[in-house]
Amino acid sequence: MMSKKIELMVGIFVALGIAALLMLSLKVANSGISGGGESYNLFAKFDNIGGLKVRSPIKVGGVVVGRVSDITLDSEDYTPVVTMKIYQQYDQFSEATSVAILTAGLLGEQYIGLQPGFMDESVEILQPNDFIEDTKPALVLEELIGQFLFGQGSGDE
Amino acid sequence: MQQLQLLGKNTLALISGLGRAVIVLLSAILHRPDFRKGTPLLMQQLYNVGFLSLVIIVVSGGFIGMVLALQGYTILVGYGAEASLGPMVALALLRELGPVVSALLFAGRAGSALTAEIGLMKATEQLSSLEMMAVDPLRRVIAPRFWAGFISLPLLAAIFSMVGILGAHLVGVDWLGVDSGTFWSVMQSQVDFNKDILNGIIKSVVFAFVVTWIAVYKGYDCEPTSEGISRATTSTVVQSSLLILALDFILTALMFAV
Repeated sequence: MMSKKIELMVGIFVALGIAALLMLSLKVANSGISGGGESYNLFAKFDNIGGLKVRSPIKVGGVVVGRVSDITLDSEDYTPVVTMKIYQQYDQFSEATSVAILTAGLLGEQYIGLQPGFMDESVEILQPNDFIEDTKPALVLEELIGQFLFGQGSGDE
Repeated sequence: MQQLQLLGKNTLALISGLGRAVIVLLSAILHRPDFRKGTPLLMQQLYNVGFLSLVIIVVSGGFIGMVLALQGYTILVGYGAEASLGPMVALALLRELGPVVSALLFAGRAGSALTAEIGLMKATEQLSSLEMMAVDPLRRVIAPRFWAGFISLPLLAAIFSMVGILGAHLVGVDWLGVDSGTFWSVMQSQVDFNKDILNGIIKSVVFAFVVTWIAVYKGYDCEPTSEGISRATTSTVVQSSLLILALDFILTALMFAV
């Protein structure tokens, strides 16, 4: 009888421990990219990616439609190439779509903002592994300040 | 001259102590497992060491999480960055406080009890009687206690972290008004399973090994007098606490240093 009770208590203890571990890995950490279902790749070349990282979100109007899956440097012209993994359900982006690297808040993380282009008979839908031509590089604060200061200087002369 | 002799004596004592500790550990755990006899003994110890430590772990985990949320909020709100409260608390708990504080509490709550129990068994010659009956006290007494501690502490550390995060949620979200969705989603985007959770578990496994090893060895090796038991219990708590903190630094340097 006594040993039954002890076994029950130990069972509760171990179950609690495993439940805590499970909860930690499921609720607290991002175990795998969420929505890990179907997805396809798009590419974009930027002049400057700023602080963009792999796994940064890709948003259309604030809604996450994919994640950055890879960042490489083009071997010919040495510009960064960003591989964007877009969820399969959003597969109707037109060729006129533009991408920009934006910042969440003043000091926040950088993410990619997609601006869906207009649809027309003459405009084709982006196919998987296409390059998006219309890109805007990340704003680098130091460059902005530099431009501002130079602008001030030339204005006085 | 006398100083030198003292130094030599102490060094020899240290080395022979280390040797005895290794022998106790190896002969306790390196043998063919006997599940039919061993399981009830292990159950009893898991109850003593693990289940009975739950209360102190849950209560202190909850309060530490709440204090972290309160302190973190007052600083973060100055930068308008209270959305980062979730990841701050989660990373602090998972990487450091969970493994370290639960190991320190475990050393005080369970480690000292193990040492005192084994020491008293030795003082009252129960261990010698076992040997007289051809029962190996290392296998019968030391092994289940060691395994129980080794299994319990990682589980306790996970419970500690989880309760701490829930406590931080209680203070941060329900009291101070951080948005609940932000709290969890920013935490999820910042906490990495391999880097944070797995490394925290590795830490607590290392601490579990060290704390229970010290506890059972100190009990088994103590002077069989009431004074000796009290000295052994004290040195269990002191030595395991110091080793936990020192090992934590080394592990952190290996895991998280850039």
